[in-house]
Amino acid sequence: MAKDTQVVLDAKGITKKFPGVLANDNVNFDLRKGEIHALLGENGAGKTTLMNVLYGLYKADAGEVLVDGKPMVLHSPKDAIHHGVGMVHQHFMLIPVFTVTENIMLGAETDHRAAPNEAALVKLDRKEVAQKVRELSQQYGLEIDPEAIVGDLPVGVQQRVEIVKALYRKANILILDEPTAVLTPQEAEDLSRIMHELTEKGVSIIFITHKLKEVLAIADRITVMRSGRVVGTANPKEANEAQLASMMVGREVILTVQKKPAQPGEVVLKVTDLRVRDVRGLESVSGVSFDVRAGEVLGIAGVQGNGQTELAEALTGLRNIEGGQFILSGKDLTGKPPRLITESGLAHIPEDRQRHGLVMTYSVADNMVLCDYYQMRFSKAFVIQQNQVDANARKLIKEYDVRTPSPFTAAGKLSGGNQQKVIVARELSRPVKLVIASQPTRGLDVGSIEYIHKEIIVMRDRGVGVLLISAELDEILSLSDRIAVMYRGQIVATVDRKDASREQLGLWMAGVHEPA
Amino acid sequence: MDWKRFGFIFLIIVLLFGVVVVIGGAQNSPVIIITSMLATTIAVATPLTLGALSGTFCERSGVVNIGIEGMMLSAAFFGWLGAIYMYHIFHFGVGFSIFMGAAFAVLTGMLMGLLLAVLSITFKVDQIIGGTVINILAVGLTGFLNRQLFFGKGSVFGGNIPNSPGVLPTIHIPIEEIFIPLCKTDSCIQIVDSINKVFDQKPIAISAILLVFISHYVLFNTRWGLRTRAVGEHPKAADTVGINVIRMRYANVMIGGMLAGLAGAYFTIESVPSFEPLLTNGRGFISLAAMIFGNWTPIGAWTAALVFGASQALNIKLQLFRDLIPPQWAFLQQSYVVGLVPYILTMIILTGIIGRTTPPAADGQPYEK
Repeated sequence: MAKDTQVVLDAKGITKKFPGVLANDNVNFDLRKGEIHALLGENGAGKTTLMNVLYGLYKADAGEVLVDGKPMVLHSPKDAIHHGVGMVHQHFMLIPVFTVTENIMLGAETDHRAAPNEAALVKLDRKEVAQKVRELSQQYGLEIDPEAIVGDLPVGVQQRVEIVKALYRKANILILDEPTAVLTPQEAEDLSRIMHELTEKGVSIIFITHKLKEVLAIADRITVMRSGRVVGTANPKEANEAQLASMMVGREVILTVQKKPAQPGEVVLKVTDLRVRDVRGLESVSGVSFDVRAGEVLGIAGVQGNGQTELAEALTGLRNIEGGQFILSGKDLTGKPPRLITESGLAHIPEDRQRHGLVMTYSVADNMVLCDYYQMRFSKAFVIQQNQVDANARKLIKEYDVRTPSPFTAAGKLSGGNQQKVIVARELSRPVKLVIASQPTRGLDVGSIEYIHKEIIVMRDRGVGVLLISAELDEILSLSDRIAVMYRGQIVATVDRKDASREQLGLWMAGVHEPA
Repeated sequence: MDWKRFGFIFLIIVLLFGVVVVIGGAQNSPVIIITSMLATTIAVATPLTLGALSGTFCERSGVVNIGIEGMMLSAAFFGWLGAIYMYHIFHFGVGFSIFMGAAFAVLTGMLMGLLLAVLSITFKVDQIIGGTVINILAVGLTGFLNRQLFFGKGSVFGGNIPNSPGVLPTIHIPIEEIFIPLCKTDSCIQIVDSINKVFDQKPIAISAILLVFISHYVLFNTRWGLRTRAVGEHPKAADTVGINVIRMRYANVMIGGMLAGLAGAYFTIESVPSFEPLLTNGRGFISLAAMIFGNWTPIGAWTAALVFGASQALNIKLQLFRDLIPPQWAFLQQSYVVGLVPYILTMIILTGIIGRTTPPAADGQPYEK
């Protein structure tokens, strides 16, 4: 079995400095033929930096990369591609207005004719490339239509285009950077099937992620990175989630949310037959009704784009309501302005924290008073009391453990986890009756997720109603007391947490109904 | 380009021509009016077409070029100056001097393109400001040199403005020779004769039309075009497949500069053999409107440029038929009223009434790794 242990890629002593940060510190990493080697680590641990070095996007300050035992000189991605290294980036490197074929041929327009030195004005041979794409997609079981416009395709299909793009360039080493972050559970399952199919055909895969479950299910070998260093290697057959999590974070992590049984009180939010249109004017919330009680978490599960975004925007006053009404602790707030809704006791953790949660160029302190800067506490005769604002910030930074150099640092300079903590601090420190949390942990590292989850449960135990909207089934299952599933603008099912199974929820999310 | 847009363009052109046919009908036959207007339209649309192509190349690669006006103006000046120097100082022949003048204009445009590229790609200056720099620089530089070289006793030419060697000759396309022998009536001869006038254009006008189709082919059917559009849509994606984003952008902005330079040559080398300060008179900006209306495609931009050309042809013709304008339409006798048409059209087109256009996604954004 010499084939199985043959090392196809060997990175030795990779060091990469950025101003003020040592992103990679003497990192060693190797990949064997036909294996899936997972690279696990929190955001900012240096995984993506290492991969960008392997792919020629960054130049390492020290260290070397061997491919098939020979050192690889890396000036640009071209060199990596030439050595058979392909990369699927977390944010797809596809041009939305181009067709699948055009995206795949870009940069390798004439390579299929084995004449790379042809002139710039050579005619594009779209037909021949499309044919080649069809062959590749059949060979590896990656269904794609070469003539489709990429921007019209679902994310899962776009990812397949990225994989075919690498295979078209004859990649036998494939780097997948956080490939499941944007996928639905079904798409993620599809991807793991594809990955196994690829390795069977001799492709070796580096799989970057911070999701522990996936690593254990898919990988053949696991390397864990923390703050720029490799902290260890694990065998998925022997490792468990808790062990990997503590390697990633560097301390014990409580993965399961610990919570007492809920003690639901009276109804704080009553939504009746709510109808909302999306940006394009299409109805995306079609007659939704539900209640949230004080002291419980209602989780809204669903694949993204089934009306959850519009639902949250309507309830916070950010989007016009076409029909129906909602009542927050006895007050009809349908169609009322956001400030009135906020003052009536609503806290909102928006799904896009950088665009709707924070003013990125404002300081942490200013961001923390966005909801109530005009109130007596902070303003006197139209003048903001800066010392009050600062004192408030110092108090919240301490209370909510926000890691920031100072209260005056721009919010945009903080890490994702700390940005979210600024929002959580601002929203949850006010006297609220209902919290709407949309995708509260998307893109965050394990440590921050743990913290945010704990805060949500603290709010619940304090008698606040929580409406949790999340596309992560695990999050819904671990936090919710009741679960509603949204599909195409409607709530197709509502169950108690104790009666909910992952499989059943997955089916509902995909729009499949069991016969009654 | 969708059919709605082509329909709109066709409608406006028919409307503009119709006005002249109705007014001038008493003096000339419709065939003569339409063909001579068509000839004028194509001629005056030339700088707009080239300007719009210039913008298309720059913006397709991700660099906003609002400096087309300045590139045209400086190319018009230096092209003209080059022709004069070749003729009067170096004593070359008339033909060679004029040709070199055109070459100098294109070179000037390329250098202005290089300046825009250095500012916006290398130094990542805001591209609107970079373009404005070029516009202001062109006005100042050409005005200053014009005065220093030609006016006043101390100037190089001692206050005498020398005659320029002239303008490019008309290229005769032998339609008459082929079709007149087939004619049996006088009116047929007249029609062929007037149609021939449409095709008798000067070299830059003809090359502008050829360049429209060449550019279209290059942008949408060649490797160069695919890569150009890729760096204008998603430069990072282009970078990850080994395309040199910076180099592609530099090259396209310089090509754009050359096209704007050729547009400048139209004014002083092809149209009239003289220069006056500010002679481009906003045509660079109208080119940009044509480019936008054409949805950043060469053929679309060309048709939009033709609309502007037709509105200028209307202006010229109405002055010719001034006395035939009926009294209730007397306001049309004022050339400034009709002269407003292209600018009003620009405003209508840019409001997006005729459907939205989508610029390249990374248009105006400097690329940083």
